Amino acid sequence: MADSVDVLQTLKIVYTIYALIVISLIGWFAYNIVRDGKKEGAKPAIFYTYIAILVVIGTGLHFLTYNTVPWVPYDLDRHKIKPDKVFHITYRDHTITIEGEKPMLIHCGDKVVFEAKSEDLTYGFGIFRQNGSMVAQMQVVPGSRNDLLWIFNKNGIYNIKSTEYSGPKGAFMEVRDAIRVIGCREYDRYSIK
Amino acid sequence: MGFVKRLMEGYEGGLRDEAMTPMQKIALRFVVIGLLFYGLAALEGMIMRLHEVKPLPMIDESHFFSIMTVHPMVGIFGSSYMIVFGAFLFLTPYLMKKPIYSVKLADLSWKLMAGGTFIMWLAGFLFHYAPLYTLYWPLPVDFKQFNLIGGITYIVGVVGIMVGTFLFTYNIFKTILYTPEGWERQPSWELLKSTLGLEGLLNFFRREKKEHLVPLPIAAIGRGTIDMGLNAIVISSAGLLILIYFLGELFGASLKDTWVDALLYKNIFWWGLDLIADGLVLIFVAGTWYLLAMLISGKDLFMQNIARAALFIEMVVSWTVWSHHLMSDQGQPNILKVVSGEMVTAFELITQGIAVFITLVTLWRARPLKMSNELKFLLGGILGFMLAVPAGIIQADLGMNRVLHNTQWIIGTHVHVAILVGLTMTLYSAIYILLPILTNNTVKLYSQKLANLHFWLHLIGGIGMGAFMGMAGMDGMLRRAIYLNGEYNTYMILAGICGAMLLAAFVIFLYNIVMSFGVRGLIAIYRPAAVQTNEAVLPPKEES
Repeated sequence: MADSVDVLQTLKIVYTIYALIVISLIGWFAYNIVRDGKKEGAKPAIFYTYIAILVVIGTGLHFLTYNTVPWVPYDLDRHKIKPDKVFHITYRDHTITIEGEKPMLIHCGDKVVFEAKSEDLTYGFGIFRQNGSMVAQMQVVPGSRNDLLWIFNKNGIYNIKSTEYSGPKGAFMEVRDAIRVIGCREYDRYSIK
Repeated sequence: MGFVKRLMEGYEGGLRDEAMTPMQKIALRFVVIGLLFYGLAALEGMIMRLHEVKPLPMIDESHFFSIMTVHPMVGIFGSSYMIVFGAFLFLTPYLMKKPIYSVKLADLSWKLMAGGTFIMWLAGFLFHYAPLYTLYWPLPVDFKQFNLIGGITYIVGVVGIMVGTFLFTYNIFKTILYTPEGWERQPSWELLKSTLGLEGLLNFFRREKKEHLVPLPIAAIGRGTIDMGLNAIVISSAGLLILIYFLGELFGASLKDTWVDALLYKNIFWWGLDLIADGLVLIFVAGTWYLLAMLISGKDLFMQNIARAALFIEMVVSWTVWSHHLMSDQGQPNILKVVSGEMVTAFELITQGIAVFITLVTLWRARPLKMSNELKFLLGGILGFMLAVPAGIIQADLGMNRVLHNTQWIIGTHVHVAILVGLTMTLYSAIYILLPILTNNTVKLYSQKLANLHFWLHLIGGIGMGAFMGMAGMDGMLRRAIYLNGEYNTYMILAGICGAMLLAAFVIFLYNIVMSFGVRGLIAIYRPAAVQTNEAVLPPKEES
């Protein structure tokens, strides 16, 4: 099953190709605009085809990710899904406190919910690999529901960081080795200690 | 001619201001101050970048984040707003062929904007007030971290900026709608309908199309200015709320337990803030592209009716798009995330795509064109938005947002490329094309070679910096964090080199402008105009 490494690697490739195409397009335009040649405008059919392509790309991206990125459907339906385990995390005075077992032990493929609660400021809850890449994140807003449903499919040890700015005192809010995933056939090669 | 003499007097005599109108001078005052604030923002950016590579000994966390707080405020309000205000306060009467409603209000606007930005900057520099521009509740009133005087200073600065913005908004609409003394009565209601685009919309359903009363760029200025006014109302309301908490604390009646819903506040604040990022910037930019394309090509705009309709749609989109900033807020209803966050946001790809298409085709129909400074910077600006808008659309997706939110991706690939390459290069194009009009053709550019160098350094530096920040973001680097152990040093050093190119480009541009105007010419901009008129430019003298 795809994880954030796969998704972001695909993004890196797709966006780089796109960037090179548009840079070349403007380069081609700049080269030709100073030269004489055909001067007519675009035919309406070309214009409306172009608009149709933009509509397809703009909305199609969301249909694509809904069907290919695993966490989108279960994020939207998380209120209907019964989790296997719920972890409670509290934020106060720029400190992240994990209530209960530490590290949070998760079995491969279990549906787990991270329920974060802030008692003062707005923070963020982010799960990171040992190499610093992000697995997932959410905002932690005081007085609001902050629950992230996640399924891990690779063994590894993960850190938690606050992903939202909460003042200079919150610059280094991190709990190292906060999550341990076991029981999978595959290891997350960026999360092995 | 010696260097000092040329520096003082400018290239070929520099600026001669005898025949300049007050509006020409005021527009230039806005632009000059805006450029200086741009330099300050660029310098702040470089300091932060260096700190990300290797923490600087004289900067602690509170100082670092106070720089991060004022950096976008100086860049947006002190620089972009100032340059846009100057250009539009001049262009509105110029294109409407009528006097500006009030020269005094225009003059007061730049003073308030410049003063407000400086005071707000002082709040960060002197008192390290650092709630960031997002002001997520209740951080701005967290007195455990922030100095009360710093907070009040910050709010006073913001008030100055917002009052300046309200005056600009009022002056623009009044100029479009009012009847100057001695003129035949102007059809204010009809003018308003044309400015808002209602006439254009009704034209779709009419057999006999009504003629547009205002030129297309005025429609863009009007519609963007509505977003600007609405945004100023929201920011002022947030400022007032924060000020009430400050005053309560100051007078010993702490309001710390008073309930404000952080998520509701965040929704309202982002609704207002997004009117800048996804509203007026895109609308103003599209309008400026259309104007530039018409001026550069000397031809009418291709598909003008579609362009007007797209501007109207963009305004409606900008009012309904804010939720893409709250896709990682789990308390935010899913319906808002999907409809406002994903689907409405996708319309920005379409409206901006239309602007790109119409501008390029308008230019294409006039080829061969000379590769002038205004044309090359315009193409740079278009490229910037072609790169930055899709990067934002990608982030505004439930799947991608979960792994990109608050990383360097959004601030680099989307925001910095949009502002530095897209917006700033468009503004440079506008500056180059307006320069002869604003100076009555008295200023000649000191060096075309320096202008070319400025262009390439800015373009490569801007795209490069955004690209390396984006790559760091995809590898997990957060946008509002400090890294002490060089975790992302390769990306940050490369982004730093690109940032240095941007800074060098600006210094070269500034030098070229100073040498063109001359120091005396630049000082003359701030002296009262010899000619007293509300007209944008004086009518040409009749041949005897």
